[in-house]
Amino acid sequence: MASQPANSGAVALAAPRRRRPGAARGTTGLLGRGLLVLYLSILVLLPMAALTAKAFDGGTHAFWKEISNPEAWSAIKLTLLVSVVVVLINAVFGTIIAWVLVRDRFPGKGVVNAIIDLPFALPTIVAGLVLLALYGKSSPIGIDVTFTRAAVVLALLFVTLPFVVRSVQPVMIDLDRSMEEAASSLGAGYPTVLRRIVLPTLLPAILSGIALSFARAVGEYGSLILITGNLPFKTEVGSVYIFGQIQNENLAAAAAVSVVLLAVALLVLAVLNVLQRRWSRHVL
Amino acid sequence: MSSSGGTLAVAAEPGGALSEGLPTPLASGPGNTAKVSSSRGGRLALRTVALLYLAVLLGAPLVMIFYRTFEHGLAPVWDAVTAPNALHAMWLSLEIVLIVVPLNTIFGIGAALLLERGRMPFKTLFGLLIDMPFAISPIVVGLALVLVYGRAGWFGNELAAQGINIIFSVPGMVMATALVTLPFVVRETIPVLREMGTDSEQAAETLGASPWQTFWRVTLPGIRWGVGYGVVLTTARALGEFGAVSIVSGRIEGQTQTLPLYVQDRFENFDTTGAYTAAVMLALLALLALLAMNLLARRANKKEGH
Repeated sequence: MASQPANSGAVALAAPRRRRPGAARGTTGLLGRGLLVLYLSILVLLPMAALTAKAFDGGTHAFWKEISNPEAWSAIKLTLLVSVVVVLINAVFGTIIAWVLVRDRFPGKGVVNAIIDLPFALPTIVAGLVLLALYGKSSPIGIDVTFTRAAVVLALLFVTLPFVVRSVQPVMIDLDRSMEEAASSLGAGYPTVLRRIVLPTLLPAILSGIALSFARAVGEYGSLILITGNLPFKTEVGSVYIFGQIQNENLAAAAAVSVVLLAVALLVLAVLNVLQRRWSRHVL
Repeated sequence: MSSSGGTLAVAAEPGGALSEGLPTPLASGPGNTAKVSSSRGGRLALRTVALLYLAVLLGAPLVMIFYRTFEHGLAPVWDAVTAPNALHAMWLSLEIVLIVVPLNTIFGIGAALLLERGRMPFKTLFGLLIDMPFAISPIVVGLALVLVYGRAGWFGNELAAQGINIIFSVPGMVMATALVTLPFVVRETIPVLREMGTDSEQAAETLGASPWQTFWRVTLPGIRWGVGYGVVLTTARALGEFGAVSIVSGRIEGQTQTLPLYVQDRFENFDTTGAYTAAVMLALLALLALLAMNLLARRANKKEGH
């Protein structure tokens, strides 16, 4: 469970089909299926359809007009930029943290390992406030990042922290030591072992963590609003822009930018999923 | 072999003072005895980097918010907890959790069984839709619901004519929360179902158990830790959901304000004690969820014989 987290499932969808008897059949089965589909339609299918319909209400021309609005475009660009920065930092530090948690031993490791998941459990608005308590206007250490793009990156790093760590960790636990030992007994230095043996094996897991971090970063809202000041053209990301447009009852603009963010997130998840699969086939 | 030299790095991490608290299954894998020729200096350097990063990003800010909350003693905190709007926000959050968690647990188990064991047309699409909330911004979730059930939405007028208000009231907040937490139980249950296999279910059936009996006596006991893990994730997320609820609730003080919305409201009204207190309450609940997650993961691994 925890060691085989849902993350690979986030993109890799239906399980390999194994036909079997036993799952409820007959009327109960049909009724159950009907209810599941109904629930899903009311919650996901209809709203997503309505969103897409609203975005293209006035045709593709109107859609592009909303997207190319300077404030909207600036928010979209900033979202993509900070998301890329954030996933790169996550890839490096997430892998290091996973390595330390698996290979190193020190007192308190259990607590450190448990606390990694805190950003998943902590409400996003609280995450923003927590960062503000230390890095805000009344910072006791004199570091004030409020209303800067650094604040956007900081908040996104906080909420996406667990993804790469939790993708890489199980793979690292299963990593076969004998390959590393063989390489080093043949005279390879540890940097070489790391580069030629460890990292290639971990890469699919790192990519999967990156994909999930990216999708999360692109849509993040709650942790940003208190600490970034939501300044148009400066710290306003896509989700904050959408919120503003909803408040102004400009639903067409909100829907257009929403569709762009959604498309980007789905695209990145899909592309990295393909890459990841191809790479694991190549390695194994 | 490595714990002796770690004092410097551990001192940098506030959590380190607590020492060996929760050995989790992830930490206790076979990889613990580092004996590959990574140099001792390299290992210390990596440990320092990792712990410093966690301290700067996670540990120190978290300690700070607890300090800020209690720096003027307990009396203002107690006043903030018992403020009428705070109490109302707590009850509303609890109410939403109590509706959403059972709904998504039932849906999650059903959908997991269907995806892993059942047959139906468009199964892939079904799975894709369940995973959608992982890719959708909470803000977009809120907007999409408004576009269907809101005043200007597809069914808004029809529903209003029946006297049903969804947006700007509790039903909409329940829907937003249910949508955001939809995948958790499903995604935690599927791997457990797959690992369990179908042998014992088939045996039960051969012995004459009805599908219902098989489910209650064989399948459910087999997947309970996975489901439990999903339920904890769902609860934590439902308690903390902010963006989607922020849009569909209308944020009416003392009416449609959940605890996370109350944090924002207090902060924006310069009531920092109120904001910090509510935030700390939510943080404590999050820590409780973490503890539950660790216990459940440990139970599940023990059962597997690790």
